[in-house]
Amino acid sequence: MLIFTAAVLSMPIWLDPIGANYPDLLQKFAIFGIFAIGYNILFGLTGYLSFGHAVFLGVGSYTAVWSFKLLTMNVIPAMFFSILMAGIIAAGIGYVSLRRSGIYFSILTLAFAQMFYNLAYSVLMPITNGETGLQLTMHDPRVIDVAFSREVPEGLPSTDFFGISMNGYSGFYFCAVMLILAFFIYLKIFRSPFGMKLKGIKSNQKRMKYIGSDTRPYLITAFVISGMFAGLAGSLMAVTDPLAGAERMQWTASGEVILMTILGGVGTVYGPLLGVGIIKYLENIFSSINESVLNNFFSFMPQWGESLLTSLTMPFVGEGWHLTLGLLFMLIVIFLPGGVMEGLQRIKDSIMNKKNIEESEATAKESSDG
Amino acid sequence: MDAILIQLLNGLDKGAAYALIALGLTLVFGTLGVVNFAHGALFLIGAFCAVSFQKVVTISKKILDPNITYFDAYIEQPYLEIWMGDTGLAIIDYAVPLSLFFAVPIMLLVGLAMERGLIQFFYKRSHAEQILVTFGLAIVLQEIIRHFYGANPIPTPAPDIVSGSAQVGLWIGLGDTLVYPWWRIIYLISSVGIITAVFSFLNLTTFGMVVRAGMADRQMVGFLGINIQRKFTIIFALAAIVAGVAGAMYAPILPPDYHMGMDFLVISFVIVVVGGMGSLRGAVASGFLLGVLQSLAAMTAVSSILPGIEQIIIYLVAVIVLLTRPRGLMGRKGVMDE
Repeated sequence: MLIFTAAVLSMPIWLDPIGANYPDLLQKFAIFGIFAIGYNILFGLTGYLSFGHAVFLGVGSYTAVWSFKLLTMNVIPAMFFSILMAGIIAAGIGYVSLRRSGIYFSILTLAFAQMFYNLAYSVLMPITNGETGLQLTMHDPRVIDVAFSREVPEGLPSTDFFGISMNGYSGFYFCAVMLILAFFIYLKIFRSPFGMKLKGIKSNQKRMKYIGSDTRPYLITAFVISGMFAGLAGSLMAVTDPLAGAERMQWTASGEVILMTILGGVGTVYGPLLGVGIIKYLENIFSSINESVLNNFFSFMPQWGESLLTSLTMPFVGEGWHLTLGLLFMLIVIFLPGGVMEGLQRIKDSIMNKKNIEESEATAKESSDG
Repeated sequence: MDAILIQLLNGLDKGAAYALIALGLTLVFGTLGVVNFAHGALFLIGAFCAVSFQKVVTISKKILDPNITYFDAYIEQPYLEIWMGDTGLAIIDYAVPLSLFFAVPIMLLVGLAMERGLIQFFYKRSHAEQILVTFGLAIVLQEIIRHFYGANPIPTPAPDIVSGSAQVGLWIGLGDTLVYPWWRIIYLISSVGIITAVFSFLNLTTFGMVVRAGMADRQMVGFLGINIQRKFTIIFALAAIVAGVAGAMYAPILPPDYHMGMDFLVISFVIVVVGGMGSLRGAVASGFLLGVLQSLAAMTAVSSILPGIEQIIIYLVAVIVLLTRPRGLMGRKGVMDE
């Protein structure tokens, strides 16, 4: 835990050499980290594949921005209300969807996600502000800020934590602290009897029922908790950039978090965080590459080779980053269903095996010599 | 009254597209036991077969415009017109129907390649993994299309002769205010034709009989010395063709863009689940049913009472059906029971 805290807080230092040291990206690592570990509580522990988790992300963002608009620019109430709202909605969706399992559960959550997404563009327009997205304006009431007569700066105010503005690195450190707190809770859940029950549901739900434990409350609790994590992530998104749009609720966004979890390793403790790191880092790199960068990169080749390689790799970078993502996704599911963590485990095993074999050979030799 | 009828036709039209995709999905699920999230991509590829065919036949040469003599103005004249005169123009005009001849073999190949190249390795894996890998494949196919055709919808007009509207009102004696586009009527009729063809193929031929037997008890059919696997592969290709033809013919109705496959897939999946996993009749029936419901909900009379209902009605129905009839409307016992 201490190591984890240190690792997260020192991210700006050790990520510097690979060019990932700027606040925007670091914030994304932390925020999606929370989202992914929350998702892992549901998918990793219980095996229920939800295709609608982006809803909670979106709800969290909207709630946070509303809190900024109506109450105060302080982030604490915003986060509190976001988690609360996400939890309530998760309880509602979970109560209905968790009556089914397997693919039916996936479809139900997908249906709910699409429902929310479509509603955000139509009926809920007054709340969500449709395609423009919900933004701060100059005329927001901000009741609490006014009541405490905090000085109002010129222009649009930025979010703050008791006076510390949430931009750049301070924003990242705030997200990082939240990530560490969330991770602590997550670790506790993993190692608690409650977590054991959830794992039991994944491996054999029927048997769980036979031995007399009603699985439903556990599933709903897990769903709500993971929804709350997503709500927290959504509110942090609004904290670092006070703007909420419905595209955060699209089902492709849910697909992204599934991908992160899978890539890292479903059901493992650190896997989802690893997946987030890899995907967000690659996204950052790949989508920034353009033709001239490629030309530079391949400039060691003769002219024809350079242009050939450039045109071959062009579809995979920049705008085409999603293509790479899709390929990566397929490769991982096909060859490494346990994700990177499983890969590491395999490598470790093979090294250990080699050692064991060598040792046993050595002992065998000695004994034969003797 | 007219408005209701129009919406009914619209709904049947949309429902036909849903039903064709849902039919393929449930066919694949019933035979191979694979949840195929890439099925929408097959619809997409079909639509882009039509687009490509049209692009190919309209490859043009720049020639001087004879009508403008003050300066050099160029107009584009398709090569086909230059080479074949009126026949060439007719080919261009009929690009979408003609593209079907070109779409069917392509979809056959795509279907076979997909099944042999990827799906066959996932028979024994969990449904979650099947969903995930085909989801990845769908993203890949969609992005490839986007790379070649860009992100904007590409208008693909139907032949001139059917671009007008039919006097549907006169046919059923309701006056001439009720008109409906010809192409949509053709689409509806041919969809019903395709569905009938698929059903009669499965119910009337020996091949279909073997496939149905395989759906009921795969192992037993294998014991009888029939290579059921090969038959199932052919069924997958058939489902791909159905989805592709549906896509190609839908192109004049909705200009295809790269994410249309996903849009249709999500709804079609909901439809399959509502109809009952593995039930062909259920898929077709709920496809038409939900299409009609969606269109009727879009009417002003309805949306003024319940605003936004047209956006969510399908999902709402799905939630209600799944909670009251867990197996879907016509689900079979033993298929996808938990």
